[in-house]
Formats: sequence, structure tokens, C-alpha cells
Amino acid sequence: MNMLDYDFMRTAFAASGVVAVVAGIVGVFLVGRGQTFAGHALSHVGFAGATAAGLIGISPLWGMIVLTVAAGVGMGLLGDRLSGRDVAIGVVLAVSLGFGLLFLHFYTSFATQATALLFGNVLAVDAGTLRTLVILGVVTLVALAIISRPLLFSSLQPELAEAKGVSLRTVGVLFMAIVALTVSASVQIVGILLVFTLMVGPAAAAERLTTGLRSGLVLAVVLAVAEAWIGITIAFYTDWPTSFCITALSALVYFVAIAVSRRAAAV
Amino acid sequence: MSAIAVDRVTLALGGKTILADISLTIGEGEFIGVLGPNGAGKTTLMRAILGLVRPTSGAIRVLEQPAARGNPALGYLPQVRTIPPDLRLTGYEFIASSINGQRFGLPWRSAADRRELESCLAIVGAEELARRPISEMSGGERQRLLFAQALLGKPRILLLDEPLISLDARHQHVVIELAARLCREMKMTILFSAHELNQLLGSIDRVLYLGNGQAALGTTDEVITVPVLSRLYGTSIEVIRTGRHIFVLSEGGAVGMDAHMHGHGHEHA
Repeated sequence: MNMLDYDFMRTAFAASGVVAVVAGIVGVFLVGRGQTFAGHALSHVGFAGATAAGLIGISPLWGMIVLTVAAGVGMGLLGDRLSGRDVAIGVVLAVSLGFGLLFLHFYTSFATQATALLFGNVLAVDAGTLRTLVILGVVTLVALAIISRPLLFSSLQPELAEAKGVSLRTVGVLFMAIVALTVSASVQIVGILLVFTLMVGPAAAAERLTTGLRSGLVLAVVLAVAEAWIGITIAFYTDWPTSFCITALSALVYFVAIAVSRRAAAV
Repeated sequence: MSAIAVDRVTLALGGKTILADISLTIGEGEFIGVLGPNGAGKTTLMRAILGLVRPTSGAIRVLEQPAARGNPALGYLPQVRTIPPDLRLTGYEFIASSINGQRFGLPWRSAADRRELESCLAIVGAEELARRPISEMSGGERQRLLFAQALLGKPRILLLDEPLISLDARHQHVVIELAARLCREMKMTILFSAHELNQLLGSIDRVLYLGNGQAALGTTDEVITVPVLSRLYGTSIEVIRTGRHIFVLSEGGAVGMDAHMHGHGHEHA
């Protein structure tokens, strides 16, 4: 039987495709701005948000969105004061996971979902979640399109952008909110611990292989979608965990990209 | 009409007064060399002209308008250039990001934008250079690229903050020549900060010397004198003129000028 004959497989391909497009594009800016660790931390904050939502009886996805966006805006407001503060971000990351554990402790029937939250379970995405992911993706990309010009300028040349009238803080806050939405969507596919797989891996590989913004964005999207879809396909035929397959592909592509760009530089 | 008018301005950063009650007027089309020891306020003054630092008292007017952020008449080459060393983006894309970079929307470039980019790159002779990734450029090449960027939007005033840092002597000469040509041919007003006066001597119209919270603006003969510099350095200063060179010495040795410069004369790969 063809894998696309299954309803859950079609939904999985659609959901991972939508999220991969968004994560690939947002990832290019995240990598370019050197904020990947902040993105990683946001996903952990999402764990606390999702488990807290379970505790009070609302959808974990919404709990995650609310808390990651709030944390993202907070990080954006701190702006420069946060750069180089990996320790502070790391502490927030750890305490967020800790709180998530506490919420799970009080709401034990939710515990079965913990693995799915941490490592993702794209095969369990239902039609309602897919709809939410599509809306989330559209909102994220529209928001990014609106700020993309000043975002690019202030990422590349903050001093000059400020002089030309760009509010670095406004752009930074809006971007972190966009990252938070992307993290929330990515978690549905690969889980909290593996968001780097979709948000950073493809973008970092594309950055190595291209010298233009447009070509970088296109390649990041192609890589992210290909990694997600091929990963799901491998998982279908081997019965290995989907997130493992996607993660392994993402890492493989990244290291190949480094090798290729090194070789190109040496020639 | 004055290009820049500074009227009884005091500038402070984090509670520390950098420049106290200074007044000066720079005319249109003047090439001003901005000198002074580290921390004298060269960068702060430029940032105040850009509207990024608000004077604690007094007023700055740019082309008869109050100084404000985002003034399109100002071209700016910042001293702090945080270009990630491994950035693979081409020089062209890098500087193109500054075109209308303050506006929301997608970063598409119009045909007019592309024409302007090409013409600004042509002025500094960087058309070929701009096709290469930033990561493969030397310090001098990056500087030339950023100079082209400062010309985008046809500014009438150029603020060049230490454009000679990290350049070798030959490239330093090219940059000074370029600034002099823009001043001469396009009637741009140029503020050019540097550590070393002698290289600028043949090109600049006047010197703006900052130090000790104060400022002195005038010809080199008026400013580079024992009484003026002793006041700006807050210590007794000796000025020695040898043919085409001027050396400024304190009791301990050379200050501010040659002695500083040679430490910065190397080029970053």
C-alpha cells in the first residue's frame, strides 16, 4: 500500500511542509543575526507553556504560543543587553524545563504527551492542528514580509540602520515574536528539543552554499522541506522515529555543506 | 547657508560630559579633518549630528534644520563596523540592504535602485569587487565598499568616522583622495575623523580639533599651535613644523598623531 493512501501520512506531509517553509525562511534571519541560541531557549519556554496549558485545560499549542511570544518579546526588549548573555539565557532555558516538569507532576494524565512535546510526533497531527499550523504559518510569513527590509538592514549594519532611523528595538522585538511563532509551529513537527533541526540546520547549510539573500532563502526552504519529507518517508518504511530521521538528515546536510564550502574556498 | 551649525552644545554619555558648551559652524562644501585624542568626542559629535545622541544643552542644525535621525542629507560611515567575518553575502547585497532600509516591506530593489548602486560603486571603483562575498574581502576592500554605500541617496554631507583605520598607507591615500574629489566635484561637505593630521594636510580645508571637552575649528595654522593644543590636551604641548609635516609633542613624546597612527597602519586580512 502506498504511504499516501493513509490519511495521517497525507496530513503529516502537509503539516511538515508548511512548517518547513516557515522555519527555513525565519531560520535564515535567525542564523544571520546570530540568535540561534535564543531560538533554542524559546522552545524550552514553550515546554512550560504547553504543560501549563494542559494543567488549566486549554490546548498545549496555544499555551506554547502565548508563553513563547511573551518570552520572545521580553528577549527583544532586552535587546543588546542580552547579546553574549548565554548564561542568563541558559538559566531561563533550564528553569523553563523545570517548570514544565512541575506542571506535568500535577497533571499526570498529560504525561503521556510529554515525549511527543519533547521529541515531536508529526504522524499524530490531526486536521484541526494542520489548520492551525497553516494559519500560524501565514501570519508568521506576512509579519516577516512586513519587517523584512528593516530587519535585513539592522541585522547587517545596526549602527548605520540606527542612524537612518530604524528602531532596532522595535524590529528586534517583532522578530523575536516571529521566531516564537515559528518555534511553536516547529515543535508540532520535531518537538521542543529538536527545533534546531528545522530552524537552524537548513538555514545554516544554505548560508554556507549561497552568496545572495534570495538564493539563500530558496535553498533553505528547499532543504527544510526535503529533509522533513524524506525523513517522514524513511520513518514510514523503517518504522524508526520520524524526528530522528529528520534530525539525522538535517545534520548530514549541514556537515556536507560545510565540507563543500571549505573545498570551494580552498580551490 | 551652513552645512552644520553647533550652537553652545554640551554632549554627555552615561553622565560623563564629553564636549562642553562648544559652538562651531561648518560651511557647505568644506572638507574638515576631525582630530583629537581617543575619547575626545569625535564619534559622539558625529552621532549627535546624526540625531543619535541628544545634546544635554544647546542645539545642532544640519542644513538649517534641527538634527534628527534618518536625515537623508547625511551619509555615514560608522567607525564600529560589525561585519561578521564569515558572512558569505556579496558586497552588492550587503550595501543594497541600506537602500530604504528604514521602510517596512520586502527588500526588493527597483531598476532605479540598481542604477544608483552601480553608479555609487563606480565612483569608488568597486563594481567588480562588489560581486565577491564580504568574507573574501580585505579590510581595504570592505572600506571601499562601505564608502560606496555612504554615497547612496546622494547625501550632501558625509560623516566619515575613522575611515583610515585598518588600511595600509596606499589605501589610506586612496580614501583621502576620494573624499577630496567628492568634496571638489560634487560639492559635498565632509567630516573626516582621523588619528593622523599629516596625511590630510594637503586635502582638508580646515581642522576641527577636539580635546579636554573643548573644540577648536580653523585652518591648520590657526589650530595646530602651542596655545590651542595645550588647552585641548590640558598639558603643555610642543608643535614642530618640518617642511610639509607637523609634529605635535607633549613632554613625554609624540601625542595623538604619528605615534598612534603606526599602530593602526596594518591591514586586516
